[in-house]
Amino acid sequence: MTNELTLYLIIGAILFSLGVFGIITRKNAIMVLMSMELILNSANINFIAFAKYGGMNLEGHIAAMFVIILAAAEVAVALAIVLNIYHNFRHVNIDEISKMKE
Amino acid sequence: MSHDLLLKISVVILFLPLLSFLIIVFNQKRLGKAAGIIGTSILGIDLVLAAIVAFNKFVVYPNEAIIQWKFHWFSLGNRTIDLGLGVDNLAAMMLIVVTLISFLVHLFSTEYMSEDKRFPRFFSYLGIFTFSMLGIVLANNLLNMYIFWELVGLSSYLLIGFWYEKDSASNASKKAFITNRVGDLGFFAGIMIAFFTFNTFMFDEIFSQIRSGVLPFESGTILTAMGILLFAGAIGKSAQFPLHVWLPDAMEGPTPVSALIHAATMVAAGVYLTAKIFPVFTADALTFVAYTGAFTAFMAATIGITQNDFKRVLAYSTVSQLGFMVMSLGVGAYTYGFFHLVTHAWFKACLFLASGSVIHAMHHAMHKLHDHHSDPQDIRNMGGLRKTMPKTYLTFLFATIAISGVPLTSGFLSKDGILAGTLAFGNLSGHWLIPAMAFISAGMTAFYMFRLTIVSFFGDFKTEIASKTHENNTQIVLPLVVLAILSLWVFYSFNPIDASSGWFAKAFKPVETVVPAEYQFDFMMPYHDAHATESTEVSHGSHSYLNKFEEELHHQHYTAMFLSLAIAGFGILLSFIFYYYKKVDPDKVANSIKPLYLLSYNKWYIDEIYQKTFIGGTILLTKLMFWIDTYIIDGAVNGVAFIWRIFGTFVGKFDNGVVDGLVNLSGGVVGFSGSIVRKLQTGRVQTYLLLSIIGVILLLWWLF
Amino acid sequence: MNWYNIVFYLFALIVLVSAAGVVFSRKMMYAAFSLLFTFFGVAGLYVLLNADFIAVTQIMVYIGGILILIIFGVMLTSKFTDLEIKSGTTGTVQYVLAGISTIIVAAALIIMYLNVDWVQNPVPELESTVKPIGILLMTKYFLAFQVAAILLLLAFIGAAKIARRK
Repeated sequence: MTNELTLYLIIGAILFSLGVFGIITRKNAIMVLMSMELILNSANINFIAFAKYGGMNLEGHIAAMFVIILAAAEVAVALAIVLNIYHNFRHVNIDEISKMKE
Repeated sequence: MSHDLLLKISVVILFLPLLSFLIIVFNQKRLGKAAGIIGTSILGIDLVLAAIVAFNKFVVYPNEAIIQWKFHWFSLGNRTIDLGLGVDNLAAMMLIVVTLISFLVHLFSTEYMSEDKRFPRFFSYLGIFTFSMLGIVLANNLLNMYIFWELVGLSSYLLIGFWYEKDSASNASKKAFITNRVGDLGFFAGIMIAFFTFNTFMFDEIFSQIRSGVLPFESGTILTAMGILLFAGAIGKSAQFPLHVWLPDAMEGPTPVSALIHAATMVAAGVYLTAKIFPVFTADALTFVAYTGAFTAFMAATIGITQNDFKRVLAYSTVSQLGFMVMSLGVGAYTYGFFHLVTHAWFKACLFLASGSVIHAMHHAMHKLHDHHSDPQDIRNMGGLRKTMPKTYLTFLFATIAISGVPLTSGFLSKDGILAGTLAFGNLSGHWLIPAMAFISAGMTAFYMFRLTIVSFFGDFKTEIASKTHENNTQIVLPLVVLAILSLWVFYSFNPIDASSGWFAKAFKPVETVVPAEYQFDFMMPYHDAHATESTEVSHGSHSYLNKFEEELHHQHYTAMFLSLAIAGFGILLSFIFYYYKKVDPDKVANSIKPLYLLSYNKWYIDEIYQKTFIGGTILLTKLMFWIDTYIIDGAVNGVAFIWRIFGTFVGKFDNGVVDGLVNLSGGVVGFSGSIVRKLQTGRVQTYLLLSIIGVILLLWWLF
Repeated sequence: MNWYNIVFYLFALIVLVSAAGVVFSRKMMYAAFSLLFTFFGVAGLYVLLNADFIAVTQIMVYIGGILILIIFGVMLTSKFTDLEIKSGTTGTVQYVLAGISTIIVAAALIIMYLNVDWVQNPVPELESTVKPIGILLMTKYFLAFQVAAILLLLAFIGAAKIARRK
């Protein structure tokens, strides 16, 4: 069997792919946000795994902590934007909001 | 006080006026009249600090050339750019001059500008102006000086155009800015030569490199050119011929501004720069500087005689006195040039503020009489003001005596030194035209200044307005009194006829030139290396001289004094005969020498000449270009176009058939593929993301 | 098969299954609750990796903060006619393409991971990381920490400003 580091990295990779899949396929903006959180978590797993096995030590923990901080800020702002979109369109299906085309 | 503390205080002095600017400019509405109090008190603190620094420099470190502080700014390749500031004797004296005059002008303005609707803004501009001027004073390198030089240009633009609703004021501010720019171009070129050659902007490093034989392009001619180009900056700022035209027009600014800019600070910057870089001037450069100054002094004095606007007479007198200073530096009388800068700052600021006091009173009188058409600045409307404004009259009279060079005043001491310097220079180099112009200008100065005093203050009231004037309050009178007192001889030397024994001359000893002997006048070379073998002859009694020029200057002292007294007395007498006793009618004299009178009255037609040559030339050139454009270029283009049109009709047939077919075909192909590709541009973020992931996969596949 | 491995596989299973639940579930509330389990499982993995501080932060911030926010978002942006709030997908073609490409990405990553000869450092001794992290944040990463604080404040203000009705 492979070593433990690789196992953690594989979990991270699968989580990442699931997140990307979610972002691409889900209609609802909030679902997209949730998928994004999955991606961030996969990154964090990598950080912590390298912290233990790869010699990153506490640097990895700090990096993970900043990722969590940024995720919190990102969700707050993103949800505010989603609410705003909801006020304007009465729905939050981002595939129908294609003003970017123009 | 340690060097370090002295420099720290200097930094505080530099930035306090900027603080005043920032406080006032962001709180204009809120502060209102309080802006005047804030600005004035900050400048008061500044003045006290400047006095401390100057006292320490003169008393504790009198013999140190410069106390300075350099720091590394950034590097470009192997060249490093350093900034810094330094206090030498010149700077210490100028700190006092600038802060004191700025303080008095602030105080004066609290009353003078009190009815202006942009009162706080005026004080913020005064703050930034003082800041820039102090920056020039404290600069120990060319780069710093250039930065603040331009800041002074900007802030003078703001101040001169303060009443920008008036066309004349906004035009004058533009004229001042653009004219200065012409000089600054030369200054900049000079700085570039210096930096290219010496790899540094620092004055002391440049001097020591020249002394050790490093010359720009290894040529004395280029060194001369560098000196003259640097001096070009001074020509612009200190209003020397041919760039003097901005200064008289700049009288459109509020009168306190005239006192600040045109008497004491901004125009002094040019002379200050010339004094700072004095050691690098070669013989040719010095001759150029001397002639520029002498001619400016002479020309401006002739114009001053015939002007009727109160402030305009003072403006031409300023130009003339600046000419004196520059000439003095040019002939090598370094001490007296700077001495005249200081003494002139006091009495000219006094004259300008007194003129402000008169104009203020005239304004009020006009207001009372509901007269909105007369010119409050025309001396023909004044007369008899002696009775209504006694304090202004006395201070103005005293400053007039000082500028005319009557003994017991500061002006006598400095002007006498300058005239002795020109005599010595004429004697040693054979340039006799310079002392001749200098003495004539000195006589004319006495004449027109007394003319101004007599016409406006003596005699009877010429108009009803003049009789209704009354003395202004303390805020206006106090600065006048302070400045008039400073024009006494006793502050500079206890001996009222010889400045060389006073502390001032001792503190500002002549500086040695660093130029190699072959490019410098013999008499300017320091004795200790030029005539090492003759050194036994150097000392005469208790005096020891730096070079032959200083010795000659001392010998010419009494000759110059009697000559200048005679000529100033003659000028004063003449103006009394003309205007007080009215024995001779000035109009008749004017008519008998009509061409000369008109030349002077119209300011030597210089503005007109510039209008015709530079401005007219530019317009003519653009017209010519327009003509060339319209007829030649357009004609050629049209001709070619015609040929092509004929050719085109043939080609068109071919085009329609063959080429268009091909083009349409390719267009169709592109359009078709586009219609497929455009489906990808859905405007949906998610589709884009999917495509980018597919792209990444393809890229990875291609790489591995 | 010791206890460490058993616990590891348990948490790994929780994470992967619940993440799949997030992505594939039709009902948004189910997705949100699956996300809860994902976060919890990830926190468990952190504990196994000796990261006690990060694990607690994960539970507090993600589950206590972010997830609650998301659930609020779900509630606020849906018409409350039925409790079965559903989220559709973006179309079959895109669905299939996305599936294929993400599987390729995952496969590529896993193959790469298995073939890389990782530098293995000795595992540091097990000890509490709270104190050293605190020291690092107050010394080496002080600036970043302050910047993050300001960023959070700005995000707060910005979110409040954006979400407010005009």
